Amino acid sequence: MSKKTFIGLCFVPLAILVAAFFVLPMARLVVTGASGHDGLRTYAAILLDPRYRATLINTILLATATTLATLVISTISGLFLQRHHFPGRAVLIAMLTFPLAFPGVVVGFMIILLAGRQGLIGDVTLRLLGDKQVFAYSLQGLFLGYLYFSIPRVILTIMAAVEKLDPSLEEAARALGAGPWRVVRDVVLPALAPAFIASGAIAFATAMGAFGTAFTLATDIDVLPMLIYTEFTLSANFAVAAALSVGLGLVTWAILALARSFGGNTVAAAG
Amino acid sequence: MKTTRDCLIFLGQLAFTLLVAAFLIVPAVLSMLAGITSNYFLGVKSGLTLQWVLQVWELYHDTIFRSFLIAFSTLAVTLAVGIPAAYALHLRNDRVSRAVEEIITLPLAIPGLAIALALLLTYGGFSDFRRSWLFILVGHAIFTLPFMVRSVMAVFAAIDVKTLDEGAASLGASPWRRFCDVIVPNARPGILAGSLMVVTLSLGEFNLTWMLHTPLTKTLPVGLADSYASMRLEVASAYTLVFFIMIIPLLTAMQVFAGYRGAASGPKR
Repeated sequence: MSKKTFIGLCFVPLAILVAAFFVLPMARLVVTGASGHDGLRTYAAILLDPRYRATLINTILLATATTLATLVISTISGLFLQRHHFPGRAVLIAMLTFPLAFPGVVVGFMIILLAGRQGLIGDVTLRLLGDKQVFAYSLQGLFLGYLYFSIPRVILTIMAAVEKLDPSLEEAARALGAGPWRVVRDVVLPALAPAFIASGAIAFATAMGAFGTAFTLATDIDVLPMLIYTEFTLSANFAVAAALSVGLGLVTWAILALARSFGGNTVAAAG
Repeated sequence: MKTTRDCLIFLGQLAFTLLVAAFLIVPAVLSMLAGITSNYFLGVKSGLTLQWVLQVWELYHDTIFRSFLIAFSTLAVTLAVGIPAAYALHLRNDRVSRAVEEIITLPLAIPGLAIALALLLTYGGFSDFRRSWLFILVGHAIFTLPFMVRSVMAVFAAIDVKTLDEGAASLGASPWRRFCDVIVPNARPGILAGSLMVVTLSLGEFNLTWMLHTPLTKTLPVGLADSYASMRLEVASAYTLVFFIMIIPLLTAMQVFAGYRGAASGPKR
């Protein structure tokens, strides 16, 4: 057997698995999206139907807020952890990255324990303010859940990027009389921009498509994955569910492709 | 001017980072505690108990076994498909292979919900397949395959597989023997890292599984969602505790391994 034949054979299991259980189903999904009684216009309805459009805007706003908050939090903590060495640092890093492997459902439960009806925040606010704060099952709860999900991922990327920064640039800026805030603003943050774009894109795409957390928390939250789920299972509206899924998939894929063109490692958009 | 201001900045950042760590860790600790507390509403002073864990075992042990079955079957599929694929993709390294790589990594960029819908729309009518755990296996295999392929390809990129392969070929070894005796042993670090990833992801997978499961093929994360919605907090917590106990060894192994590999050779990403 020639080497070329062998390499060809190595592709066979892959080709069968991926063609049968990914390429073909995805093609079917795209076709189904146009198979309703509105035909191709089902795709346009994502943007034109007021209810779908409101959900889409809701989801994009939530994902944007999650991304920005995660980036700010992770930059402050990531810079700190990479720049200072102190006893307990390794434990702190382990604590911040421990939830990396939590599925979205478990993250949802974590938020219930924090802000649910028997949650810690409700307990504390009841004692301090005499008013029990319960917001796990609202948009704020979902926002908190997505933060919980994104911080460990983004903090790792930012720490790796900070490690690669050239300290001589900061020294030069300081020698030229720049204060600590100016050094951060004019030297450190611009140098971290590629890491912001790469990890921000992952956070955004994850928040757009995350189903598990929303499923655990959502009693009355209007986000795209929940809309797709209810259209499919409750209304049996296959065409709309398929069209919305295709739209959602295109958005998350495009964002991650964009991030990758900035050199980011865009793995682990699960949730 | 340096000392006091720098000290304040340091303390401020430390306090902030501790707060973030608390946000992530406190609920996890709460859930572990709640899982072994007699009455969470009354607190730990109501006594510690294993009754909730036992109740979880009674109610949900089948989901735990099924999750392991699916995770290890997924591992078998991704090994059988992923290692040869990584080898061929690495050796070809042309436009076609890059397109193939792009396609097999797509499931990472597309929400699991969309992939699950696509599988349901295509194979939902084959009711024997639809009802068996193999339906879930297929979804997990598609979702985890890119991790195995990438992990093995990263090792190939770091160890100059081409030269090894050609060396063995010049000694007269057949392609199949070279693959078994030279390529696979050399790819071991990547295979191990990929395997840990695949098993961990499969054990925790929910987005696809929720859509693909039937009442008779519930996995652990599906059972978790079920308990979060319908069981008392202590039972849900005990179930979560069981999940933590399952994945923490895998996570630790992954971190130890990543640290070891990073220190030893540091392959490029």
